[in-house]
Amino acid sequence: MAHLEDQRSTVYHVDPSHPETDTLPTLRTEELLLNMGPQHPSTHGVLKVILELEGERIVKSTPVMGFLHRGVEKLAEHGTYHQFIPHTDRLDYVCAMYNNFAYCRAVEKLMGITVPDRAEYLRTIVAEVQRIIGHLFWLGTQALDIGAMTVFFYTFRDREILLDWFDELCGARLTTSWYRIGGVERDFTPELEQKIRKFLDYFPPKIDEYVVFLERNRIWLARTKGVAVISAEDALSFGLSGPTLRGSGVDYDLRKYESYGAYPRCEFSVPVGKNGDTYDRYWIRIEEMRESIKIIRQCMDQMEPGPIMADVPSVTLPPKERVFTNLESMIQQFKLFSQGFDAPVGEIYCGTEAHKGELGFYIVSTGGGRPYRLKIRAPSFIHMGAFDHMARGYMIADAITIFGTYDIVMGECDR
Amino acid sequence: MGLIQIGKHDKDGEVGVMTLSLEKAVNWARKGSLWPMTFGLACCAIEMIAAVSARYDIDRYGAGVFRASPRQSDLMIVAGTVCRRMAPVIRKIYDQMPEPKYVIAMGSCATSGNIYDSYSVVQGVDRFVPVDIYVPGCPPTPEALFDGILKLQDRIMQKRVFTKQPEQVKGHVG
Amino acid sequence: MSDNIDTPSTQEQPPSSAQEAETNEKAPAAPPSLIFLADRIREKFPEAVIAAKEWRGDLAVTVTREALHAICRFLRDDPEMDFDYIVHVSSVDWPDEPERFEVVYEVYSIRKRHRIRIKTRVPEHDCIVDSMTDIWRGAEFMEREVFDMMGIRFRNHPDLRRILMPDDYTEGYPLRKDFPLQGKGWRDTFEFLNDPAN
Repeated sequence: MAHLEDQRSTVYHVDPSHPETDTLPTLRTEELLLNMGPQHPSTHGVLKVILELEGERIVKSTPVMGFLHRGVEKLAEHGTYHQFIPHTDRLDYVCAMYNNFAYCRAVEKLMGITVPDRAEYLRTIVAEVQRIIGHLFWLGTQALDIGAMTVFFYTFRDREILLDWFDELCGARLTTSWYRIGGVERDFTPELEQKIRKFLDYFPPKIDEYVVFLERNRIWLARTKGVAVISAEDALSFGLSGPTLRGSGVDYDLRKYESYGAYPRCEFSVPVGKNGDTYDRYWIRIEEMRESIKIIRQCMDQMEPGPIMADVPSVTLPPKERVFTNLESMIQQFKLFSQGFDAPVGEIYCGTEAHKGELGFYIVSTGGGRPYRLKIRAPSFIHMGAFDHMARGYMIADAITIFGTYDIVMGECDR
Repeated sequence: MGLIQIGKHDKDGEVGVMTLSLEKAVNWARKGSLWPMTFGLACCAIEMIAAVSARYDIDRYGAGVFRASPRQSDLMIVAGTVCRRMAPVIRKIYDQMPEPKYVIAMGSCATSGNIYDSYSVVQGVDRFVPVDIYVPGCPPTPEALFDGILKLQDRIMQKRVFTKQPEQVKGHVG
Repeated sequence: MSDNIDTPSTQEQPPSSAQEAETNEKAPAAPPSLIFLADRIREKFPEAVIAAKEWRGDLAVTVTREALHAICRFLRDDPEMDFDYIVHVSSVDWPDEPERFEVVYEVYSIRKRHRIRIKTRVPEHDCIVDSMTDIWRGAEFMEREVFDMMGIRFRNHPDLRRILMPDDYTEGYPLRKDFPLQGKGWRDTFEFLNDPAN
């Protein structure tokens, strides 16, 4: 096994500590080897790509990942199910809430817990708010990378409003950990509900504003239309998901395919592109923001007061106020956090449609309070698998567009 | 060069009035034009971007000119988890920055490794790069980052420019 | 972990047309049983299927290592199976069992809307399985990750290198159960500090 590794490592012996190194013994002389990253302002984190160029055209690209590999899957085996929730925040740190959601759903599937109605609505609302945040972040940074700086300031202005809610809701802007196994940590306050309703009227005109900025920007159009095209068949074969797949015309959206949360009770459509290029994916994300507003509005209208946590004392946490006043609840809380709950023997996979794509958790349990194996199906990682395929033949400057079009976040990619 | 010689003429570490006010002027200029490097590693980078954008506007502290090249920057904000695989790169970039240079360790991961006590995470960036300011939080809010920058500016004001500094820590630290 | 199908008679013959009608609905209330997929694989490869189990709506089929590639090809090409979408490739370490490692492929059918998990076991001294890169191209990176984290090799893989850990990483395979959480010292060695180039 060792010699196999050695053999492989000589093919691309590029040491990350030497960004200028371009020693590739087998390379033809007329091609240029360009090392992009790991410290590069447009790679959205610490990603390195080795590009083989002919002139300015990319002949081959080799993504080098793992610069943010934190060993999350190993850490998961050493903590209880509850303790893993904060780790999920930091996977895709732009959209912590959705990661919490995906993980909690997976554990609930493992434990066979049904979540009360109100909690489902709260979860769906917050998840969709998080989707808007994610798309705003993507739109701002993608436009910034491509050369349209104005939108960045506008999207971040509106993103801050939403982050303020999160701050109010759970006390953190990015790393939220608001979801709990079996429900959510706390309910909306009446003020928060009012703020959300106000935002629902405020936001749609703002989307039109971004669109005006970009649709009339010739640079944006030239750099997104017809760039990073992938056919539906290839996209499926690579396992792409989310807007990256839907841009190619496949309407694979787990919110519809394997509906969960309050989505079956909401009416919304899934925008699907035609050409499979960056522009279509941009359009999908814009439309998804509009759909998210619709979903949030419907949830707000349908939601009724009720419990926000499933009543399964052996698994779910007691309400916080009872912990401080009631001895049994305190013991329950203590036991759940120190030992965890006893999971049944078995294995499940549960996928959730995060704003980047299908975020899934594959959990193997052998009983006891800790997962025996926890595998994260991270969309960013799988999208990087298609990078070489999508980048070939494009200009070197388009490499930035292609990173961006996946909406890549390295925390999730490298785990 | 002439300026530096003024400082050298002083004996016994005493600094003349002229040098002192010059020193103040230089430090003032340095603290007001901290050019950070775009060096996002993980979650904290998102808050660093938020600090640059519309609402927080890091430019108010003169630290808004984010440079993509270490050769042009004074301040390295290590924003995020430092993985062992990234460590040589960070050190290399630090070495490429011209003097005077400052390092802010932003967030718990860069400070101490945070919850990532695993096989691939360096337990704090100060293991291989000298750090001036630690900003706690996971991630620190933009306000916290600004507090760190203000603290760094205070520190810059206390620096001696024309007289000898203790040798900057290089090589093995931890 | 996995049991043999003990009561095949009750679940054996779901009429495929009815199955299709149900899966094509927009939001099916209760997911129908998928065990017919396992039966179909068993029909086609009678010796290869070791076990099949449905739990919490997930169907997991354990097959022999030799037949894995043929089964996966069948899964993708057969019009009734039609598994065109690869979800993830994973691996589990069972150190106390004779066949120590388990490789897991999870695939999905966009048109039929069903999902299956194919598992196979490999012993430690000969941990190699066929690569599925020629069937689902996305398997390339996922298998590289399995190789990197668990040390399972893939035959006919186009580019089997480490992916998350550096190429020159020598401490082993981090997700194996005998690998310590804090590693074996690599994270605390900074040999580049003594490099005269710095």
